[in-house]
Amino acid sequence: MEHCADVVIIGGGIIGNSTAYYLAKKGCSVIVLEKSEDIGNGGSSRNGGGVRQSGRDKRELPLAMYGAKKLWPTLSEELDMDVEYYQEGNLRLGKTEGHIKILEGLTKNATSLGLDVTMINHDEAKAINPYLSAEVMGASWCPTDGHANPLLATLAYYRKARKLGVRFVTSEEVVEIRKIKGKARQVITTENTYEGETVIIAAGYASRKIAATIGVDIPMNPALLEVLVTEAQPPMFYQMLGTAAADFYGHQSTHGSFVFGGTSGFEEVNKDNGTPVTNSLTASCICRGIMKYFPCLEDAKIVRTWAGWIDVCVDHVPVISHVEEVPGLILACAFSGHGFGIAPTVGTLLAHMAVGEKTILDVSDFRYDRFKAKI
Amino acid sequence: MSKIKDRLINLGEFVLQPDDDMIICRCEEVTKGEVRKAVHDGMFTLTEIRRYTRTGMGLCQGQTCGRLIKGIVARELGVAPIELEAAVVRSPMRPIEMKVLGNEGKEAR
Repeated sequence: MEHCADVVIIGGGIIGNSTAYYLAKKGCSVIVLEKSEDIGNGGSSRNGGGVRQSGRDKRELPLAMYGAKKLWPTLSEELDMDVEYYQEGNLRLGKTEGHIKILEGLTKNATSLGLDVTMINHDEAKAINPYLSAEVMGASWCPTDGHANPLLATLAYYRKARKLGVRFVTSEEVVEIRKIKGKARQVITTENTYEGETVIIAAGYASRKIAATIGVDIPMNPALLEVLVTEAQPPMFYQMLGTAAADFYGHQSTHGSFVFGGTSGFEEVNKDNGTPVTNSLTASCICRGIMKYFPCLEDAKIVRTWAGWIDVCVDHVPVISHVEEVPGLILACAFSGHGFGIAPTVGTLLAHMAVGEKTILDVSDFRYDRFKAKI
Repeated sequence: MSKIKDRLINLGEFVLQPDDDMIICRCEEVTKGEVRKAVHDGMFTLTEIRRYTRTGMGLCQGQTCGRLIKGIVARELGVAPIELEAAVVRSPMRPIEMKVLGNEGKEAR
C-alpha cells in the first residue's frame, strides 16, 4: 500500500472528503486517514443538514453564500449521487415579542451583510408553511437557504474521491505529526507512517490533540448535540426551520421523515463516557419544543435519536489556516457546529491552499493565531 | 482474515446476480443488489451501508434484516461476518409518538 502522497488529510469527515475530492480533481495524489472504522462518523453524519446563510457570523457568511450560489445547487450532478439538496428557504420562527426582537436583530445584521433576509408576520409565514401553529407570531425568512442529507453528502464526496483514486484508510488513528527539515511531512499512526508534501488536519475536536504534537493549539471544546428522526410523513414542506429561542431546528427529508435537532440545556454538563450517547431528557424536550410550533406532528412517531460532538471554537468561527511556524501544515477544524453547510466551499478553499493557489475567497479571518487574551 | 482498512482494495467487477432484486430490508425496501452495489461503491461497514442505502433505518430498526445484511456484506468483502461490527442500536427501541415521548416529565410528577 502506498504511504506517500502529495497531500495527507487527517479526518474522513465531510471536510476531509470534500477536500480530497477537489484535490483529486486537480490531479493530486491524496491519502485520507480516518480514526473510526466508518467514514464520516463524527459531526458530518450526525448534524441536522442545514445549508444556511442566515444566522452566520459575518466572517463565515461569504463561505456560506458562495456554497449556496455556486456549489450546492449542482453538487448532486457533480458527485453523481443525489445529496437531497433543497433550496426552499429558511424560516426562523418566533412566538413572543422577545423572540421577534431577536429575529429583527438577526435580520438587520444579515441584511447589512448583503443577504436577502426579511421579517414576515404570522400570515406571511403561514402562506409559506401552512402547518405552523397559531402561537407563531412571525419569522425571519431567507429564501436562498436550504438543507441537504448529511449522510449522503458526506459519503458522496467519499465515493467520488475514491473513484478518482484517493486512498482512504479507516481505523487508522494518527498519533503524531513530525517535521522533516523544518516542514510538516510525516504522519505517524498507531501502525504506520505516511508522508505528504502537505498535511491537512480536519479531525474535528480530535484535531486539538494531533496539532499539539507539532506545537499548535486551537482554543476549542467538544459539545454534545442531539438529533431525532420521525417515521416517514406525507410530503409537507421543504423549508429549513429554526427558532429564535433555539428550541429546535430541522427539516423534512426526501424520505419523508422529519429530522430535528435540539438541546436540553444540559449540554455543558452532559456525562462524557467516550461515546456520543444521547441524554434521556433531550429527545422529549425537543418533542415538546416542536409541538408548540407544529402541533400537527404530535402523532408522528420518533424512530431514532442520536448524538454527536461538535468542536466549538472560543469565537464560534472555524480555523482554516496555514501555520507559519510549521510549513506544510494546514488546519481545518473548530467548525463549531456550522461545518456541514459550508463544507463544499471549505473543501474548495483547502484544495487551493494545499497546492499553493490563490483561494477564491479570503481566508484571513480564519487564521490559527487570531486568538488574543482579553487584556 | 483481518479487518479491511484500505478502501482501495480490489473487490473485482460488480456482477449482477439472479436474486439481486430480492428485498432484504422490508421497512425501507432495499434489495440485495443495492446492498451489494453499495459495497462496491466503497461502503465497507454496516454503518456506512445503513447511511448509504437506509437499511435498518425503518420502523423495525434493522431487527429483521440486520443479520442478513451482515452476511451479504461479509460475502461481498470476502471476510467472516464476525469481522463486521453491527450498526448501532438507537433509542427509542420502539417507534413512539411525539406527544407521548414529550410527556415524560408529567408522568414523573
